[in-house]
Amino acid sequence: MVLVAVLVFVPRMPRWDRVKKSFFDVDQMGDSLPRLIDAFWLDVKIFAWTTPAIFALALLIALARNSRSPALFPIRALAAAYTDVMRGVPVILWIYLVGFGVPGLGIARPFNSPLLWGSVALAMTYSGYVAEVFRAGIDSVHESQRAAARSLGLSSTQTMRHVVLPQAIRRVVPPLLNDLVSLQKDVALVSLIGPIEILRQAGIDKSKFANFTPFVVAALIFLSVTIPLTRLTDYLWQRERRRTSGTRVAA
Amino acid sequence: MKQRSLRRRLIALGAVAIVGLAACGGSDDAADEATDDTTDEAAETVSGLGNECTTGKTLVEGKLTIATGNPAYEPWVVGDAPESKEGFEAAIAYGVAGEMGFSEENIVWVRTSFDEAIQPGAKNFDFNLQQYSITDERKATVSFSDPYYSTNQALVAFGDSAVATATSVSELKGLKFGAQAGTTSLEFITSVIQPDAAPFAYDDNAGAKAALEAKQIDAIVVDLPTALYISAVEIEGSKVVGQFPASDVAPGDDFGMVFDLDNPLVECVNVALSRMRDLTYELMSIEETWLADYTGAPVISLD
Repeated sequence: MVLVAVLVFVPRMPRWDRVKKSFFDVDQMGDSLPRLIDAFWLDVKIFAWTTPAIFALALLIALARNSRSPALFPIRALAAAYTDVMRGVPVILWIYLVGFGVPGLGIARPFNSPLLWGSVALAMTYSGYVAEVFRAGIDSVHESQRAAARSLGLSSTQTMRHVVLPQAIRRVVPPLLNDLVSLQKDVALVSLIGPIEILRQAGIDKSKFANFTPFVVAALIFLSVTIPLTRLTDYLWQRERRRTSGTRVAA
Repeated sequence: MKQRSLRRRLIALGAVAIVGLAACGGSDDAADEATDDTTDEAAETVSGLGNECTTGKTLVEGKLTIATGNPAYEPWVVGDAPESKEGFEAAIAYGVAGEMGFSEENIVWVRTSFDEAIQPGAKNFDFNLQQYSITDERKATVSFSDPYYSTNQALVAFGDSAVATATSVSELKGLKFGAQAGTTSLEFITSVIQPDAAPFAYDDNAGAKAALEAKQIDAIVVDLPTALYISAVEIEGSKVVGQFPASDVAPGDDFGMVFDLDNPLVECVNVALSRMRDLTYELMSIEETWLADYTGAPVISLD
């Protein structure tokens, strides 16, 4: 209903012609597309190398927060402080602070690259979020699982590695995917410290041609990646569920 | 029967509405004329509210709303305070306003970002000046005044870097460049210098300066007066490597004031600017006061 209403009424609005020209200009789409796809490749690369770093860092922090030995209290406190600070400050500030601040200390090329430090800033903030997801997953594994594993003679490290983590991670796949989709968009923030990725390129084209169509094209490019990715993960998730849970109850 | 009476009632209602509207229209016209008369008289008798040309063309009658950057940079506006009339563009704005018959208390300053003002759509200013280069693409969405200043693109780098002695564009290919996104400076890098590595783009010149200081880039491209200011005041150890001559590929930059598309006020401003250029020579004296003499800046050939 809503879709039909939009399709029928929007073109009848008084200034639709102007909006159409500045947002959906077909010539402009063709002109910007190759440049935007080129620039999008940079987003993909940043995404590809920050994701493993985020997961590794987040897992370490989650494990630190879940440590139980009384002697490890300082580590727990540090891990908690880390997630608080990382999540409490807007990503954009971290990107400015780390992206301009650290190379400003006088590090030589190529280690002062804004790509490198922008990615570090992203990994820092996102590991804060993802660590909390992991922690929730670990906490959701019932205490009896640990008890059972320990009673079989597994050490606490082995218990975590072979019993708790596999279950925990499987449970948090959907929220993890959520964070990844969010990361995929925040990658564009790295453009604030220099690199010209898709959003910046769209902005440059927009300024040059005084037309917003490049942004619409950029949005379509983002969607063309995120939607298949989400569907694929959904499918894998469902398959996993079918495999591990018992008979499915019909509606 | 019911339907019919309803229709009749509607017709009656319509008739009343039309009569009512007509009556309103009449009184409105009368009111308009009255106000027009008074403002005309005001413009002639009370000074400081604009001149005949500007009547009815400004955002707020009797006031001139001028926009600049947020923040505004030197040497264009000194200390981010255009109200002080200090700085080249601040002085130009007050000069133009004066020529058009606006007294200082009737000038209202507002701020916009660089990008925002050259987008289609309603404007919250009469005109906006923050080093907008007049380009054909931009003319499709906004109107420009005649140029109030012409300049070239220039290159800023650290004095002790290898770039500092470059004399032609061919020597610059291997460098890493930065500029403000959406400006003719960035366009100049990609279309004229064509460096091997993709340039970096920033929201504003502050970003480009930070990157230059962090040695993430070797050089930044900005207009010449900004370049001179950056090298002299803002970044210690930096220098203006040179200016690029105007050419067919990259004509020099003409700065114009930005107006909403087809704003009739453009004519009034153009008259004011031409008086300042040819009659009172105010344009020249403002330039001498606020912009460094740059005849000495070396030229980087485009080969």
